[in-house]
Parts: sequence; structure tokens; C-alpha cells
Amino acid sequence: MLEIKGIWKTFNAGTVNEKVALKGVDLTLADGDFVTVIGGNGAGKSTLLNAVAGVWPVDQGSITIDGVDVTHLAEYKRAKYIGRVFQDPMMGTAATMQIDENLALAARRGRFRGLRRGISRAERQEYRALLETLDLGLEDRLTSKVGLLSGGQRQALTLLMATLQRPKLLLLDEHTAALDPKTAAKVLDTTEKIVGRDKLTTLMITHNMRDAIAHGNRLIMMYEGRIVIDVSGQQKKELTVETLLGLFSKVSGSDEADDKLLLG
Amino acid sequence: MGNFIGALPGAISQGLIWGIMAIGVYITYKILDIADLTVDGSFCTGGAMFVVLFAEGVNIWVCLLAALGVGMLAGLVTGLLHTVCGIPAILSGILTQLGLWSVNLAIMGMKANVAINIIDRAQLDRLLVSLRFVREVVNGDRPFYRHPIFVVGLFTLAVIGVLYWFFGTERGASLRATGANGNMARAQGINTDVNKVLGLMVSNGLVALSGALLSQYQSFADTSMGKGAIVIGLAAVIIGEALFGRVFRNFALKLLSVSLGAIIYYVVIQAVISLANINSNYLKLISACVVALFLSVPYWKGRYFAKKPGGKEVGSRA
Repeated sequence: MLEIKGIWKTFNAGTVNEKVALKGVDLTLADGDFVTVIGGNGAGKSTLLNAVAGVWPVDQGSITIDGVDVTHLAEYKRAKYIGRVFQDPMMGTAATMQIDENLALAARRGRFRGLRRGISRAERQEYRALLETLDLGLEDRLTSKVGLLSGGQRQALTLLMATLQRPKLLLLDEHTAALDPKTAAKVLDTTEKIVGRDKLTTLMITHNMRDAIAHGNRLIMMYEGRIVIDVSGQQKKELTVETLLGLFSKVSGSDEADDKLLLG
Repeated sequence: MGNFIGALPGAISQGLIWGIMAIGVYITYKILDIADLTVDGSFCTGGAMFVVLFAEGVNIWVCLLAALGVGMLAGLVTGLLHTVCGIPAILSGILTQLGLWSVNLAIMGMKANVAINIIDRAQLDRLLVSLRFVREVVNGDRPFYRHPIFVVGLFTLAVIGVLYWFFGTERGASLRATGANGNMARAQGINTDVNKVLGLMVSNGLVALSGALLSQYQSFADTSMGKGAIVIGLAAVIIGEALFGRVFRNFALKLLSVSLGAIIYYVVIQAVISLANINSNYLKLISACVVALFLSVPYWKGRYFAKKPGGKEVGSRA
């Protein structure tokens, strides 16, 4: 479904702030893979997701989604294949627009936007039913401005928007990091439900090792711009925090498994 | 006082005309979140285009359409400078505005102003709106529906109607999303660059149309007629929002409040001229001060009166 081949990305090349964020990353996701991504600060997790989403062009390498080479495709064109939820709850929705309007925008992802009505009556009914599944009471607030919602509600809405039209790839960039533990658990639960229901191919960054172990069928860990650990199948199921930390110190060559890694 | 009452219909007419320009400013400033300075130039471009074509005997609706068209072209240039060339929006607008100074002169045959000969009754009768009609309607020489307030009022309603429809379409909604949150828009597959260009075109088209109506109303166009237009537009947007923002929630009503804001602006200006007896040369200074004051109020409110219980979003633009 997703094929990443040898991608490199350098920020601020030629300056004192030069940072090689991705150093030849290869990654292939099979259809329906739910991959969790962990790693310390600056390991390249978000950079990897942004590269796939096309926020900026990569320096080298290629990215293919479902057989389509998207390496040189603009961000808005790739959006046709990709659903995204960001770390910042403000980023995934338009605060000054209504809940139903936001959903209607998402329903038209990847389609030409012409002079037909931006939202139809039938759609509203459909959205009401969908919002009910979130169990946040949003179904009664269809015409409320999204800016009035809490962070957790906004993330749940963004998740719904990202999957309203089945994406070939779902990118979750620490989408629960800005939420309180209880809300985070709820959003993660919703994520699991939707991904499972639609069998979505998913890349989920998390700062929480336990979440990374508990979710998905495959786990990768990044370190200094490279994928250093890739665990799947039975091995993934049997993974514990201790074995993961052990694996990490073996790969990185350092004895002390960084606390930062565990804590985010 | 009698002086002021007598000048009121004229002030309202002018306010209505500038209100159409202010609606154009609303599209860029409020919806797209871009401060577009092209308007100072494109306002005159519309006026110049109109007067020159009208003097040639071209049908008045064609003249108005041509004005709308050149305005959209001006917006296109600013939009391309911003999106394709990566120049900051505000600077793109300034560049286009500067270039338009020459373009406007060229349209007017290298003259600083061109006039419509309204001494000629045949020419006058071809006009849709004119300062002359204000008095002629009062004197009973023309039917009431030729009064500029009535005619420009209809124009305003038509503009609001079309915009209300447009911003409710898929394209219009994507334009609002572009201004509200570019990241989100791109993630939803919206080409934000195309939308910015489109918004700038629609905005400047309206600004030029307003310029065409004003030059028709005053029966001439001159190179400096658009000077400070952006400030008047902002004033109208801010006044409209301050006075009607709490009551007018609907999008069409918001646009209407911009038009009302422009009318209030002109009535106040007229009051200052007639009642306070201030030299009209000081008007631009007064306008600048008033707009600066209104723009700073939300900031000060956020700084010094923040953290009121219940009030969550401070200094929000919505």
C-alpha cells in the first residue's frame, strides 16, 4: 500500500542549523497494516509523516501509495489518498466554520469542488448519525462553530473527517499528545474502532511506548533519522516495554536506554 | 444643521457605493485573512475603464462588466505574485498597486482625470447613477426609482445575493476553509493557492465595480480616487462588525453590515464636514486615526482585560 524507498531530508542545508532529519528511510506497508511509530525527540518521526503527506518535497528517494508514485505530487493532490490527524487540535479543523461544514469539506477530499451546494440536507442526516458514533454529544451541535469545541472533541472530529472518505493511508501524528489522559484514551479507542472497522492502512506516531505496544500489528522505532527497530507479527504481540528498551540499547549501541524515549 | 440634512442623501449614496468596495475588502481581509493593498489601485482602474468606455458610447452594462473584468485581472496579478512568485501578500498588493498607477494613466490616455459630459442630457440619461439624480428626484424630474440610494441599494443586494450563493457552494466553502486554516484545507485536498488567487480576483472585481459606480456618480475618474480606499474599506468592515456583529450572525447579514458600516462612515464624515466645520483636507488623517484606534481595541482588550471567567477566546477574530 505504501512504499518508501531511500528518502533523505535535510533542513536548513548549509547553515549552522543544518539538520539531517531523514537518512535514507525505507519502509513498506502492506494493505491493512497498522504501524505504530516511536522514537525520541528529533528522531524523525514527524518528518517521516510529513514527507509522506507532502508538506515539502524530499531531497532524495521515492514514495509510492497504492502503486501511484506521489514523490513529486503537491500536498493537496496527495490528500486524495491520505487522511491526516495532527498533534495540534487546532490544525485539523477550520475553527470559524461549523461542524457540518467541516465534515462536508472532508467528504469532498480529492474531488473537484465546483458550484454545487457545499452541503446537502441528506449529508447533514448522515453526519448526525456518524457523530453519534463518537458519543460526544456532537450530533446535536451540527451547526456549532468548531472553535467552540474542546481539544478532544476536535481531535475526534478530525479523525472522523480523515476517514469520512476511506483513505488509502491514515497518518496520525501524535494525535493524542495534547490531550489529558482520559480524553486521550477515548480518542485512541475511537481510532482503534475506526481503523479496525474500515481495515485502514495506518501510520501512528505516539510518544507513549505502552500505546505503541498495545496498538497495531507492527511497531517501528526511529533513531537519528533511521528506522532502527521493526517488529511485527507474533514478536510484536509478545513485546513488552522491557524487551523494547533492550532491543533499543542493542541497536543504538548505548547502554542506557534513554528515559526520554519512554516518556516522550 | 440644515446643511447636513441636505447633504445626507448624497452621503448615503456615496456610502453605499463605497460599501460595495468594502465588501470586496471583507472577502480578502476577513475570509482569506489577507490584507490586500491592490484595492487602492484597482478602485481607480475600474473607474477609469468605465469612464473611457462610456465616453466612447459603449453600452453602460458592458462598461460595468469591463470594469469588473479589469479589477479581476488586477487581483489575478496580485494573486500570482503571491502564490507563484512567493512574495508576501501585502507586498504583492503594493507592487500591483504601484504598477496600476501607470496602467490607470494609460487607460485614461495619459491624463490625470477624465470626465463624463453630463451637461449633455443624452449622456446624463444613459447613466444609472449620478449625483444629479439626487436633486432631480427630489424636484420630481425623475421617478423615485432613479434615486442613487435606490439603484446602488439594489446593486448592493445583488452583490450580497451572489456572494451568499457563492460562499455556500463547494468552491466557496473551500475558499472559506483556505482562509480559516490553510493546513487543514490542504490536508482535505484543497488547492489553497488557486483559492487565494480566486478570492483576490473576486475581491478586486467588486472593488473596481465600486470604482466604476463612483466615477459614474461623480461623473469623472481621476488617478487619486482610490487613495486610501483600503482604509475606508477596513473602516466599514470594523464599524459594521462593532455595531452589528452581535446581532448579525448570518453570512448575508454580515455582508450587509459591511455596507451599513460604509454608510455610517460617510454620514459621520459628512457630519464632521458640515457641523464641525473642519477643512476636508484633514479627512484622511481623521480616517487613519479612527481606523488605527478601532484596529487596536481588540488587541488592548486581549492584553489588559484577559482572563475574565467564562470568556475563553480573547482577541479572536471570529
